[in-house]
Amino acid sequence: MVKVKEKAIEGFLIFCSLITVFTTLGIIIVLATETIKFFSEVSIIEFFTGTEWTPLFANKKFGILPLVCGTLLTTLIAISVALPLGLTIAVYLNEYANQKFTAIVKPLLEVLAAIPTVVYGFFALTFVTPLLQQFIPDLSGFNALSAGLVMGIMIIPYISSLSEDALRAVPKSLREAAYGMGSTKLQTAFRVMVPAASSGIVVSIILAISRAIGETMIVAVAAGQEPKFTFNPLTSIETITTYIVQVSMGDVPQNSLEYRTIFSAGMALFIFTFLLNNISFWIKKKFQQKYE
Amino acid sequence: MKKLVVLFSLTVALASCGGKKNQGSGNGLSGEVKIDGSSTVYPLSEAVAEEFRNTEGGVRVTVGESGTGGGFKKFSRAEIDINDASRPIKDEEVELCKQGGVGYIELPVAYDGLAVVVNKENSFVDYLTVEELKKIWEPAAQGKIKTWNQVRASFPNQPINLYGAGTASGTYDYFTEAIVGKAKSSRGDYNASEDDNVLVKGVSSDKNALGFFGLAYYSNNADKLKLVPIDDGNDANGKGAIPPSAETVTNGTYQPLSRPLFIYINAKAADRADVKSFVKFYLDNAASLSKEIGAVALPAEVYPLAQKRFDSKKTGSAFANGKKAVGVNMADLLKAEQ
Repeated sequence: MVKVKEKAIEGFLIFCSLITVFTTLGIIIVLATETIKFFSEVSIIEFFTGTEWTPLFANKKFGILPLVCGTLLTTLIAISVALPLGLTIAVYLNEYANQKFTAIVKPLLEVLAAIPTVVYGFFALTFVTPLLQQFIPDLSGFNALSAGLVMGIMIIPYISSLSEDALRAVPKSLREAAYGMGSTKLQTAFRVMVPAASSGIVVSIILAISRAIGETMIVAVAAGQEPKFTFNPLTSIETITTYIVQVSMGDVPQNSLEYRTIFSAGMALFIFTFLLNNISFWIKKKFQQKYE
Repeated sequence: MKKLVVLFSLTVALASCGGKKNQGSGNGLSGEVKIDGSSTVYPLSEAVAEEFRNTEGGVRVTVGESGTGGGFKKFSRAEIDINDASRPIKDEEVELCKQGGVGYIELPVAYDGLAVVVNKENSFVDYLTVEELKKIWEPAAQGKIKTWNQVRASFPNQPINLYGAGTASGTYDYFTEAIVGKAKSSRGDYNASEDDNVLVKGVSSDKNALGFFGLAYYSNNADKLKLVPIDDGNDANGKGAIPPSAETVTNGTYQPLSRPLFIYINAKAADRADVKSFVKFYLDNAASLSKEIGAVALPAEVYPLAQKRFDSKKTGSAFANGKKAVGVNMADLLKAEQ
């Protein structure tokens, strides 16, 4: 009797853990089947090399490069904000600040990640863009720059928090050895600690990038809805995620080619983030144990 | 746990507050009036229905928005009582109604105008011709027309950033039909949104912008935008470039970006007391409500004429045989019909 009970509980636990696996599988299957249907009508070469994306218009073009370009552009801007800031914060908290200060500031920083992204979007649209327009008169109302900057602020905690954890995991002996050799604080931080924690830092950066690529609301609100093959951050662009939002909000008939474009776009996005997450997983596994 | 119980009971208590029926000063009618059709007329019908529910709480009014064409399909199968239409009924739809044995009463309820706008700081655009608009928006312009001086040589060499309705919007169909000459045919490289507020935001914050949307959205944001007068090159309906306004839309001189909006009533349903009272309410309030939702009201004299047409149950369309609805004086038309 007890054995049956145990088995039942065990089965239930397995079932719970499998729910997530099946959800992922389900998403992949739906994406894949719709994407296959999509590519039976659209050439895969055109999809990956075309520079015009107008599937909703009479003259249909299915080149996803403009959307990829918009996605990469905003991500690039975001990372160039978040990486220096996040890393500096992590080093400061770990090497310079006293523990009390760290204990207060770290949770405060993590609040940044808890702000709803739609709020960030409106912050970019109604505050950052007008502010930037004071300096750059040619800036469009919707643009990649302000969306990217604000997205960078949003992902700071991803980098600072995870990097700080990585720095803290570096054995004390390394830091003491550095001081023993007569290094200054700055030298210790950037010549010894950061390289020693590099695997964790790289993982944090990759996770932040994958977060930025999948970010939807900020770019949907502030970056515009004009698929454009450009790396000019001053004009409006459209990201993969924005396009998916745009189509699912409008009344595009289901089972039409237009409708399937969102699955193919979603597939492209999924592959992007999937690869990045796996790379970070691999780096973590391969390099983390070095100092233990 | 205690907290949860309190929270739950509070929610229930609050939810039950909203359920009161507003019987108002109605005649105690009951029944259901089913409306469907154009998404352009939808805000007006919905506003009327909302007001109507306050006075006649017993009558259920449902308003859908499956498009003028989709609405007529249901209408011809007598699935709905009233169809909202942003254009007169087409000959093939007349045929469908005949097959379904559905007679219809056609009533104009308001005008709809599209505004072409630029940024407030734009000093060089004084007017645009339909030809120039076509040059900007036609499919061939995609990736080619990128600066203002390509539109007119006297304009400066500045980038032109476009904002317009998305392809799911009736406004898009209408604009492309009026300007490019073929519905659903335009360039694809512009900021497309179904949400007109996004377009207002875009044009008002981009000094190189050009956009179009319903006149209502211009009126509500007039301080942030600059209206562009349109010259259709046809002196018969007003010489030169004409800016859209309640006046130019009603007298048919703002062409081709204005059109009348209609409701079509199933002739059989028109005998029902609930439908009768709803249509009367519609015509009585359309003028004030269209202002509220930003459409343009018909001249005041037209509504009583429409009511007369409804009372006499005159079926058929005043626009049979392909007669154009643009630039028509509604009062004259309805008078001639009586």
